[in-house]
Amino acid sequence: MTASVPISLEVNGERVNEHVLPRLNLADFLREQLQLTGTHVGCEHGVCGACTVRVNGDIVRSCLMLAAQAHGASVQTIEGLSDSGEVADLQAAFRDRNALQCGYCTPGMLMAAQDLLNQQAEPDREQIREHLSGNYCRCTGYQAIVDAVETTARLRVGHQP
Amino acid sequence: MKASAFSYARATSVANALELLTAHGDRAKVLSGGQSLMPAMNLRLISPELIVDIGELAELRGIAVSGCILTIGALTRHVDLQRSPDVAAHAPLLTEAIAHVAHPAIRNRGTIGGSLAHADPASELPACMVALSATILVRGPKGERRIAAGDFFKGIYETALSPDELLMAIELPVGGPNSAHFFHEFARRHGDYAIAGLAAQATVDGDAFTELRLAFFAVGDRPVLASAANRLVDVRVTPAILSEASAALAEELNPQEDHQASASMRRHLAKVLMQRCVSTLLGRSDLNTGGVA
Repeated sequence: MTASVPISLEVNGERVNEHVLPRLNLADFLREQLQLTGTHVGCEHGVCGACTVRVNGDIVRSCLMLAAQAHGASVQTIEGLSDSGEVADLQAAFRDRNALQCGYCTPGMLMAAQDLLNQQAEPDREQIREHLSGNYCRCTGYQAIVDAVETTARLRVGHQP
Repeated sequence: MKASAFSYARATSVANALELLTAHGDRAKVLSGGQSLMPAMNLRLISPELIVDIGELAELRGIAVSGCILTIGALTRHVDLQRSPDVAAHAPLLTEAIAHVAHPAIRNRGTIGGSLAHADPASELPACMVALSATILVRGPKGERRIAAGDFFKGIYETALSPDELLMAIELPVGGPNSAHFFHEFARRHGDYAIAGLAAQATVDGDAFTELRLAFFAVGDRPVLASAANRLVDVRVTPAILSEASAALAEELNPQEDHQASASMRRHLAKVLMQRCVSTLLGRSDLNTGGVA
């Protein structure tokens, strides 16, 4: 009854064909079956945001999605965004502003921040806070993270930071 | 934690989903966006034997206006509601409320049908349905039923849906020319579950309400349509009348106590919400007598 399910999806631009148990969530599938461990697993019930990935262009919680539900989808993880250079400036801003300490929340923060910057060229600090409200950071705090996102937004539209 | 083992079926049509639900009854659970079901399964609060994934049933998705009815398919995601010009034009209460539903990554997956079928008493959308006099369309092996939102919510996580029925769509009456709305909730952090909230839909004629539907949430085991609102209809509202209505509201509410708030704190917040709502909708700052939240 709990037989594995064949799935075919695209992960960071590469076609992946696998068999998964129904109970396997997308975060564990990425980490354990594909060894893409940049996606972190925190609370496992959708509160902390550490497992944020992109599915068909939208950010989602990969702990709240079955791997089986990703059949036919295009998934992008932090490895994909990092390797393509899409978030290189955001990563540099996080580093420069000390917006990470232990780094556990950082992949999810980068995912959520990039999602905001794709939708809105120059968000104000309140909008940045609201968009990141679903992502917990338990060491650096949010000030530096908001600073880094704000700086990146300004640089991308050609302003001085 | 991880969900316990279950079998998985990807429904290929509504008929197929209904067959699966009929065969497995309450041992099966319908999966749409999964933003409430998956946490409950990961925490082992529920352990269904079969998951019926309806995510690919495109016929359950979409927003349409026909005459004076706005129809929203059950699989329509929160983000689609938030961005819909039809919803903004005809049910702006919903557009405003959606911004308070969780966070962007959750709104990208969560669906209106899932939220209503889950029936968390602290969630926003059930209260909006009650305020907006929605009709909820469900289909089962014996055919389709149309259930008024006021009769749909039965208690904490309880609805009028039977295990072999599927929530198909929601119908909302389009707002009239004098319709007005108000939405506000108190929460520890934006996007968290409300401690107390209010979704209100009104018709205003001059300086009086001709209709006022106040649906409170997180202050009972289901959305509560306040009878106290009737005291504010077809009268020129004075501070004294509002104060009487507010006392009547506190009488009729029976809020739960939990780690976030006591019952008396919830009653107090509900009264503050009512006062803010009435003074805002009537444009009367004299009615906002300064209840502190």
